[in-house]
Amino acid sequence: MGMLAKAAAIGAFAALSLGQAASADEDARLIINGEEEMIVRAAPPAWSPLPELLSGWLFRTVETQRLQMDDFENPGFTSVDSAWETWSLPEGSAGKSCADCHGDAASMKGVRAVMPKVNAENGELWTLEMYINNCRTERMGAESWGWNSGSMVDMTALISLQSRGMPVNVAIDGAAAPFWEAGKELYYTRTGQLELSCANCHEDNYGNMIRADHLSQGQINGFPVYRLKNAKLNSIHARFKGCVRDTRAETYKEGSPEFTALELYVASRGNGLSVEAPSVRN
Amino acid sequence: MAQIKPRVKAPKSVAAGEVFTVKTLINHDMETGQRKDKNGDKIPRQIINMFEVTFNGKPVMSAKLEPSISANPYIEFEMSIQEAGDLAMTWRDDDGSVYEASNAIAIG
Amino acid sequence: MNLSRRNILAIGGAAVTVSLIPVDFAMATPEAAAEALNAFTGGAAVTDGGIDLVAPEIAENGNTVPISVSAPGAVAILVLSEGNPSPGVATFTFGEGAAGTAATRIRLAGTQNVLAVAKMADGSFVRAARAVKVTIGGCGG
Repeated sequence: MGMLAKAAAIGAFAALSLGQAASADEDARLIINGEEEMIVRAAPPAWSPLPELLSGWLFRTVETQRLQMDDFENPGFTSVDSAWETWSLPEGSAGKSCADCHGDAASMKGVRAVMPKVNAENGELWTLEMYINNCRTERMGAESWGWNSGSMVDMTALISLQSRGMPVNVAIDGAAAPFWEAGKELYYTRTGQLELSCANCHEDNYGNMIRADHLSQGQINGFPVYRLKNAKLNSIHARFKGCVRDTRAETYKEGSPEFTALELYVASRGNGLSVEAPSVRN
Repeated sequence: MAQIKPRVKAPKSVAAGEVFTVKTLINHDMETGQRKDKNGDKIPRQIINMFEVTFNGKPVMSAKLEPSISANPYIEFEMSIQEAGDLAMTWRDDDGSVYEASNAIAIG
Repeated sequence: MNLSRRNILAIGGAAVTVSLIPVDFAMATPEAAAEALNAFTGGAAVTDGGIDLVAPEIAENGNTVPISVSAPGAVAILVLSEGNPSPGVATFTFGEGAAGTAATRIRLAGTQNVLAVAKMADGSFVRAARAVKVTIGGCGG
């Protein structure tokens, strides 16, 4: 690493104690609508390098945390409402809606908790977005949605919400094993001019401040996540892109084999935490 | 922007005179008029500029909103009622659009 | 309010520097806020107390800062910013049955004071102010 890049990287972690946004107390519990308790701390899987799995919710300020504790205060729910309408809207040459095959959206319960997973039909690793688009193009005869289009992100929020509270439980063995290994490789690979890997921030330095921001473990159990920064729901791969870009690297594309494998590996690092979607973060 | 639609949480029934909370949220970019697009042209202001609440037709509260209100405006307020009736809410957009929601509240 | 990357870097630098100095940092003018306040009160005297303004001491993101105001018996509450491009934030007007409270989420362009002024039923005015530090310039993807 060049001297300058190193200085910048160290500077980023050193600036820590300045004006740190107060994070909530460590014992905070996430109870949504006064009744649904989320698992925000979990024992790690045996292979995990983390001593304890911590939801990103724990790293936010009390004010931000509160936005997720009531579905009428969580701005992500306007997107869920929008997806409810789309769910029963017939589209495409088949004139079918999601509801025509799947019935109530509640039938999607459990789906998000195991995504991404290997598609048994073709042996590929598929994310929720890929399954949705496959339905649209193959069964509905409709146009596929852009990865970060409002319609897609809203629909992933609606489907993920059906699994809210269930522990993330992605498979990493069997057919998934090679994808998981590939994702792990990426997780520990330093990228960009700053030569930072995912692990440098989210494994080695979670809990520290990166300038004004409180670093989390980079868990993805809350996705899609409503970010205060851009005031909309954000997909997992869009977030990956932001992180990689901030290391000053060329990024992979949404839906690329690299990000799909990385999604599996990062999801597995949160196996045991609740699906929180749509969550609210900085 | 997706279709603009408000979300409202209000109790279905309350005791006469009991103070209760109403939470409202509407999806809207609240474009400030301060930003420029990729060509350097100013993006015109377009916000929800007014939120009005009536109960059985009588004004309960209103909020004149400025561009300093966050995207997807959230407004929460407290009120009480003496009789059952209809809580009606209106959001007014700079472009002339009006978005409405109403909730029936019983005394019980 | 999407800031450009360059702005974020610049403001981020400012935020780090400024957090060493206690408050009193405004990007725009407290004078503009004072003018807006005068327009609301018609120049009448404004006293402290009798109104609660809740705002975070440090806002995690200036795009969405939750605030609430409460002044039982108020007929109207004006919320002002001292550091945004224009001072007005919101004016709440209360009628029959309203409890004189409101909560919303606001944009703050930087560390600054937020003011709330209530017009009471007897025509008097009361005010409260909160300094909110806005930290921009994390990594944040």
